Amino acid sequence: MLTIENLAVAYKGIMALRGVSLSVAKGEIFTLIGPNGAGKSTMLNAASGIVPAMSGRILFDGEPIQGRAAHLIARAGLIQVPEGRRVISPLTVAENLALGREAAGRRGSEASDIDEVYELFPILAERRNQLSGQLSGGQQQMLAIGRALMGKPRILLLDEPSLGLAPVIVREVFDALIRLNRGGLTILLVEQNAKLALQTAHNAAVIEQGRIVHQGAASDLIDDPVVADHYFGRAEVMA
Amino acid sequence: MLMQQLLNGVVVGSVYGLFALGFTLIFGVNHIMNMAHGAVFMWGAFAGLYAVILFDVPFPIALLIGAVGGGMVSVVLDWVAFRPLRKRGAPEFSSIVSSIGASLIMLSLAQQLTATRVMRFPFDIFPIVVFNFMGLRIQLLQLIIVGIVFLMVIGLLYYLYRTKYGRHIRSVAFSEQTSKLLGINPFAVNFQLFFLSGALAGIAGVLIGIVFNSVHFMMGEPLLLRAFVVIILGGLGSIPGALIAGLLIGIIQTLTVAYISAGMADALVFSLLFLVLLVRPTGLLGNSGAVARVTRI
Ligand SMILES: Nc1ncnc2c1ncn2[C@@H]1O[C@H](COP(=O)(O)OP(=O)(O)OP(=O)(O)O)[C@@H](O)[C@H]1O
Ligand SMILES: [Mg+2]
Repeated sequence: MLTIENLAVAYKGIMALRGVSLSVAKGEIFTLIGPNGAGKSTMLNAASGIVPAMSGRILFDGEPIQGRAAHLIARAGLIQVPEGRRVISPLTVAENLALGREAAGRRGSEASDIDEVYELFPILAERRNQLSGQLSGGQQQMLAIGRALMGKPRILLLDEPSLGLAPVIVREVFDALIRLNRGGLTILLVEQNAKLALQTAHNAAVIEQGRIVHQGAASDLIDDPVVADHYFGRAEVMA
Repeated sequence: MLMQQLLNGVVVGSVYGLFALGFTLIFGVNHIMNMAHGAVFMWGAFAGLYAVILFDVPFPIALLIGAVGGGMVSVVLDWVAFRPLRKRGAPEFSSIVSSIGASLIMLSLAQQLTATRVMRFPFDIFPIVVFNFMGLRIQLLQLIIVGIVFLMVIGLLYYLYRTKYGRHIRSVAFSEQTSKLLGINPFAVNFQLFFLSGALAGIAGVLIGIVFNSVHFMMGEPLLLRAFVVIILGGLGSIPGALIAGLLIGIIQTLTVAYISAGMADALVFSLLFLVLLVRPTGLLGNSGAVARVTRI
């Protein structure tokens, strides 16, 4: 569904991605894990078209999308929930959701699909008329995901959805992601919480300093002593 | 006499508010201090004026042409002066410089075209109808002007806060990047924004041109200075603030001209600005205006 071939990205001459290749199959959860500054967000942003690719190819459903305007990529069905949630805080919860629907253009969902989001995250229904800036971090993350869902994504890109959330809330968010995936949604999940990500995903890649260093089935990577050594220790301390 | 002057002040002030609204709108969303807003206003006034002179159109059509003219000039201004800078992620300061340059070009173009003349709307552009109300002389034109400004403000608020286009504008104002990730086209949003801003300026231009009975290439510059005062007093980016501060300045100015001296008007207005800033650095409405604010964080 999403194939990335030899992608290189540089910020003002400093390489952030040095030839990254990966492929997300339709219907799976694929996770990209790695330490701070490894280039995870850069990869998602290159796919979303908000940072330009220097070389390499990005194929969405077989079609090259690099160089396309970001809003057109979103409208084609590749929607990202960015790092740090980024709800539009002067807008209410309901307005944020409506925004997600309208912004996707003709591909967007029906007004009634808002009920599915409210069913997935009941707290949003309770808070529907509240300004989204007043929500807690977890609620904002749910809203950001719900808003992306209103655009009827064919693939959902998530950048560190667990960041800064309490463990119960993280569980709630990840359970929702699993439910969505069972419903057929393809997900590309970027995480620093490696253990959680590998438990959730089907396939995974580990990125370090702009290069993929491990790739394979998530269950294999969980058992890989090198990966475990590198990531779980810290993730557990953090969790 | 005082009531009469107050009335005149409200009329002029509401037009200032209209002018400042377009200025504050662009500031609120793009953080651009658009120094060419006065030139857009002037071009809008000329668009309305030439429509009247050349095609003998009636007052409402002149307003409409002023609005469309101002809107189009403003959109072109965005394409030429601001969009290239946004694309390169240039600092906000460069757009001030760029708009000053654009303003100078627009002014000298108008100066050439009009041979530096002061032009006037024909006398019969608006019938002179006067009502007497409790000893007050109220002209129909004054009522119409206040009514138009009122409608424009209600319309603008409705557009920004009750339609999906307004939602898109507020979303881009908050974060252009997040908006793009959702599928919002920032070019379309900026097109609307600059058109709206220019249309408000164009209507203000035609109205001021009729009220003061003069249209000339420099007519926008004193307003631009006052618009600074208006948006700083009202709170940067605040819509109700711009309107209230516009009214206030219109009233102060009219009263000063009537009771003290014409030369003192601007001095007084700027002293007021200075005082308010000393007491309330965030402007008169400060935080209460934030609810209806179109701001980027
Ligand atoms: N806008 C930018 N300008 C310059 N350099 C940047 C920019 N964004 C990221 N970088 C650099 O690119 C590299 C990769 O950053 P990126 O944000 O993709 O990492 P990440 O894996 O998402 O990290 P984190 O887990 O901290 O979010 C880092 O070295 C970072 O400093
Ligand atoms: Mg990141």
